[in-house]
Amino acid sequence: MSPLLTIKNLVLEGRSDETWTQIVNGVDLTLNKGEVLGLIGESGAGKSTVGLAAMGFTRDGVRIKEGEVEFDGIDLVNASASVKRNLLGKRIAYVAQSAAASFNPAHKLIDQHTEAPVQHGVMSRHESEKDGIELYRKLRLPNPDEIGFRYPHQVSGGQLQRAMTAMAMSCRPDLIIFDEPTTALDVTTQIEVLASIREIVEEFDTAAIYITHDLAVVAQMADRIKVLLKGDEVEEADTRTMLSNPQEEYTKSLWAVREFKRPQKPAVASTATPVISVQNVTAAYGKVDVLNDVSFDIHEGRTVAVVGESGSGKSTTARCITGLLPPRIGQIELDGEPLPLDYRKRNKHQLRQVQMIYQMADTALNPRKTIGEIIGRPVQFYMGLRGSDRRRRVDQLLEQIELEPDQYRNRLPSELSGGQKQRIGIARALAAEPKFIICDEVTSALDQLVAEGILRLLAKLQDDLQLSYMFITHDLATVRSIADEVVVMKDGVVVEQGPKTEMFKPPHHAYTDLLLSSVPEMDPDWLTNLLAERGVDNIGAAAVDKM
Amino acid sequence: MPGVLKIILQRLALGVLTLFIVSIVIFTAVNMLPGDFAELILGQGATPEAVASIRRDLGLDQPALTRYFEWLGDMLTGNLGTSFAQLNFQTNMGGGEMKTVVSQIAPRFANTMFLAGVTAAIAVPFALMLGILSALYRNSVFDRFTNIFTLSSISSPEFFLAYILILFLAVLNPILPSLSNIYEGMGFGERLQKTLLPALTLTLVVTAHMMRMTRAAIINLLASPYIEMARLKGMSPMRVIVKHALPNALAPIINVIALNLAYLITGVVVVEVVFVYPGIGQLFVDAVKIRDIPVVQACCLIFAGAYILLNLTADILSVLSNPRLRHPK
Amino acid sequence: MTTLLYLAAALVACFLLGWVMRFAGQSLTGNKPFFRDMPMAVAFGYVLGAAVLLFTLWYYFQPTVDENGVPVAGVMFFRWAVQFFVISALAAWLFRLLGRSVGTDGSRKLFRSMPLTASFGILIILIYAFVAIFAGAIAPYGQAEVFQQVNALPGGDAATGGNPDHLLGTDQIGRDLLSRLIYGAQNTVGIAFATTLIAFLLGGSLGFLAATLQGWLDQVLSRGVDVLMAIPSLIFALLLMTIASAWAGSEKWLLTVYMVLIIALIDSTRVYRLARAVGLNIVVMDYIEAAKLRGEGLPYLIFKEILPNAYAPLLAEFGLRFCFVFLTIASLSFLGVGIQPPLADWGTMVRDLAQFINFAAFSPLTAALPLLAAGAIALLTVAVNFVVDWMLHKSSGLKE
Repeated sequence: MSPLLTIKNLVLEGRSDETWTQIVNGVDLTLNKGEVLGLIGESGAGKSTVGLAAMGFTRDGVRIKEGEVEFDGIDLVNASASVKRNLLGKRIAYVAQSAAASFNPAHKLIDQHTEAPVQHGVMSRHESEKDGIELYRKLRLPNPDEIGFRYPHQVSGGQLQRAMTAMAMSCRPDLIIFDEPTTALDVTTQIEVLASIREIVEEFDTAAIYITHDLAVVAQMADRIKVLLKGDEVEEADTRTMLSNPQEEYTKSLWAVREFKRPQKPAVASTATPVISVQNVTAAYGKVDVLNDVSFDIHEGRTVAVVGESGSGKSTTARCITGLLPPRIGQIELDGEPLPLDYRKRNKHQLRQVQMIYQMADTALNPRKTIGEIIGRPVQFYMGLRGSDRRRRVDQLLEQIELEPDQYRNRLPSELSGGQKQRIGIARALAAEPKFIICDEVTSALDQLVAEGILRLLAKLQDDLQLSYMFITHDLATVRSIADEVVVMKDGVVVEQGPKTEMFKPPHHAYTDLLLSSVPEMDPDWLTNLLAERGVDNIGAAAVDKM
Repeated sequence: MPGVLKIILQRLALGVLTLFIVSIVIFTAVNMLPGDFAELILGQGATPEAVASIRRDLGLDQPALTRYFEWLGDMLTGNLGTSFAQLNFQTNMGGGEMKTVVSQIAPRFANTMFLAGVTAAIAVPFALMLGILSALYRNSVFDRFTNIFTLSSISSPEFFLAYILILFLAVLNPILPSLSNIYEGMGFGERLQKTLLPALTLTLVVTAHMMRMTRAAIINLLASPYIEMARLKGMSPMRVIVKHALPNALAPIINVIALNLAYLITGVVVVEVVFVYPGIGQLFVDAVKIRDIPVVQACCLIFAGAYILLNLTADILSVLSNPRLRHPK
Repeated sequence: MTTLLYLAAALVACFLLGWVMRFAGQSLTGNKPFFRDMPMAVAFGYVLGAAVLLFTLWYYFQPTVDENGVPVAGVMFFRWAVQFFVISALAAWLFRLLGRSVGTDGSRKLFRSMPLTASFGILIILIYAFVAIFAGAIAPYGQAEVFQQVNALPGGDAATGGNPDHLLGTDQIGRDLLSRLIYGAQNTVGIAFATTLIAFLLGGSLGFLAATLQGWLDQVLSRGVDVLMAIPSLIFALLLMTIASAWAGSEKWLLTVYMVLIIALIDSTRVYRLARAVGLNIVVMDYIEAAKLRGEGLPYLIFKEILPNAYAPLLAEFGLRFCFVFLTIASLSFLGVGIQPPLADWGTMVRDLAQFINFAAFSPLTAALPLLAAGAIALLTVAVNFVVDWMLHKSSGLKE
């Protein structure tokens, strides 16, 4: 049997500043009928560009330099626009990363669903509408009979993603390209969408290319995995082989990330004064309470991870501690002394002790200042060091974050990589010589290997300087590797808290349990087992709603 | 629907409030004039009795607040007062029938509206077409040339464009008249011919603005993921534009049109002076030169009112064309 | 009417030719994608472009004098326009070449990625600045100097009513027009520049203050600006000028000062809007939060953290604002209520010389005089706009 899709030596170029540079350097790919191929790589690996090229499509500013793309005997590189149009939507469909942006805000879901079948002459409008409702039902969308008659902005993100999968299915294509369909979703929503997508792809025996950066996700979805790095193919193998026995160094390093764990620390003496103590904090934006009676302690040299999904109040808690959002009720103590609630009322010493590292290093560093100025300012501001004293201290800090001072002192943030920028953010916090640092999703914008390096650095600094961390994250793998204690939040309330060792052992609170169970694991059978164990209606967000 | 209705009522209320405050600003500004209106009207050699008589006639002996509300009330009932020039004429010469500001402004206002209407009728379709074309063929030779051309005509003062048009279309090739002497009872065809040159001048400026804004709006729109999605569904370019881009382009395009019609209001002043077009802009400039306060005030309020009204219309139409607001959750 | 018919026929012919070209292209190249996927509109565009180019060439080489020895003004103006276009393109190209080989690394890099329009803009701005600064040295006479011969025609040829001492002739009271044109650069550009500067100081500082402090100050200022912006700027300027002229009385120079202040005030509202918007975008950045949490004071926040990031949009806005102010002043002067005599300025010159345009058929050079003054205004604003357009494109291009 000839393969459905063959890509040979595909070279793609992208335009930057009027010149064309190569962004994909000769990728080969074959896909058989009904097979799912996982395309995995870090940002800039070129996986989305390859995925679109498999449809014979390039975005503005990208072009195919050479290579072949053949779909079912049709040469997509040289095909005329009308030949390609006839395939797209009908035989090859696409599911985009952001469903909210990819549905046209001006039309109802069902109108967008029926467009392809009607225009391609596959079904009549009436048939397609009935079929759409049937697909919505299969994908377990709530109210399948009427959800299609809503506008996109009236439907939630996870539901939109499933509606988009239904839309891709509308002509029963031979091939679907999934471009990071669950990246923007919370874990409990992600698992639902994953289960639905897998089920429907299996049912119609559709071939698919599943693009993602998340290994555990691709392990659930794909029959085969191909790893890309900076536009080059690293390796390709059957999913199980790839997971159990990766060949290339790069692939091995990707797998190894998951194994970083810190040694267990002794329990804190019950008489010790916590560095930071959050006591019965209730806070509101306007009139709506977003935090309700939150309390926890953070001790010297310890890391407390605050976990929860978007909207759970993790970041608001951080804003209360820093004093940006003074709590309505409750108080915050530093070393047993109450802190003024508004940061403007805190003195220099109090401000110095509480430092913050941000999620987006891009917006956390002033793009017009050199690294030396960024780190030097708190040194001068808090410690009063000037001139050569100040420079010596900056160099020392740069060494602490493992960057060569002579090379980096005079650079601008735009000349650094994402991971290096995050290190500068750490150095700026260290420059204040604080006791306590809030790390707000510091690794979630970074690629896995880089994130790993940041976590190791933070762990080392904690050991050297006896720092206390509050680690805000939604990623449980990070929690496992770095936390001593865990605080689980949901809808502005602390659901459960305790030492990490206890938290990851049953029995847990129902929500913690759901959160833990929704994180995909590297085991290809994980999703299957979970579904068998709980049933499709008791996973993810659907189960949260039942609570 | 109640959500949208509420927003629209809010905007309307805000528009009325703005107009009210603007009227205060205009009134206050005029009251900052040194000396006394009466002296201004009669000039240096006025007798004290004449000054006092005018003061009484105009109610200048009343406090400012009373005068403001009287003035506002007059404005709202369409009584725009009497021009100083007329008043002066009557006081010094005596007798004769006085022309009120309304009777001066009304026919000129109609003329200006005619000019603006002709301009809009040419400029709007032309600009939209050019804007959409250059957005579709962006970075092509065509796009670059239109870019240079529109930038140049935006940058040029109206009178420069006007004189170039006069040079080529009136003096060297006498196709159109260079003076727009329009009078009442003129046939439509002749009127149109006399209005065409000023209208073309305004068209050049307004088209450039509108075309650039349309282009930007369309390019912005074409970059959105749902347009890519429509193309990936194999829809024809025509369908992508008509079905997917246009419904969403409506709001920005309406905005562009309204903003440029508002811009026309300012542009009209200079162009009317160049072509001696008997519109409200020319009246305004003449009144400014001789400091004929009632006329200046009235014209100012009319210009500001039209400007606010157009911006308000743009606002309300774009609310109405936004599906997120039309179909709340 | 017949002209219109001819024009329509020409367009139809272009359309047919376009179809033929596409068809020929398709069959000759064996259906290469270039011709195969070419929409009809594009084919039409190519043919139309070629036709316009051919017409330009043909018209350019028409004789400038007809068989009776009378000058054909249309052709002359057309030649001047084409020559001007070619010379400026050439000058811009040479200037860019110069910029690429001289100067620091940074400036050379800047010139390498620069389109011709932008280098043309920079060249023109430099020339204007030079003329404006050294007007006193360049101009042959003073701006208010009155000569015997009034209304001397341009060309400097005594036989045709000119005067070799006055290359561009003299005006109705006998002032040298060339000198007034040169002094006009100093007065018009200088006054516009000063006005823009004041508008920026006022609007910019208030805008950043509002963005940083927010709260009631922001509310009060923003609502105030909303109201002021609800009155069209030229209309508002004219209204205030009426009052200013009463205040100034016979002191003409005072009126010019008032005008600067009035326009600065009106334009500062636009600057305020932009500065506030730019400021708000920066204020939400995490590095501002970090600085606030460090305990930094307001001056440090504004001058060290916010302003350095606002230079690029502010500079572009300065260019646009300058154009606006410049055009407003020119329009006011043209209407007779702007810069007051004896100061020479372009807007007033256009108004005074406007009637000469009717002599175009007999003396093209005389008719060109008002266009020269108006063109001087247009050229500078076009130049500034070209540069600003390039700057904006550059800063937005990074995102595309």
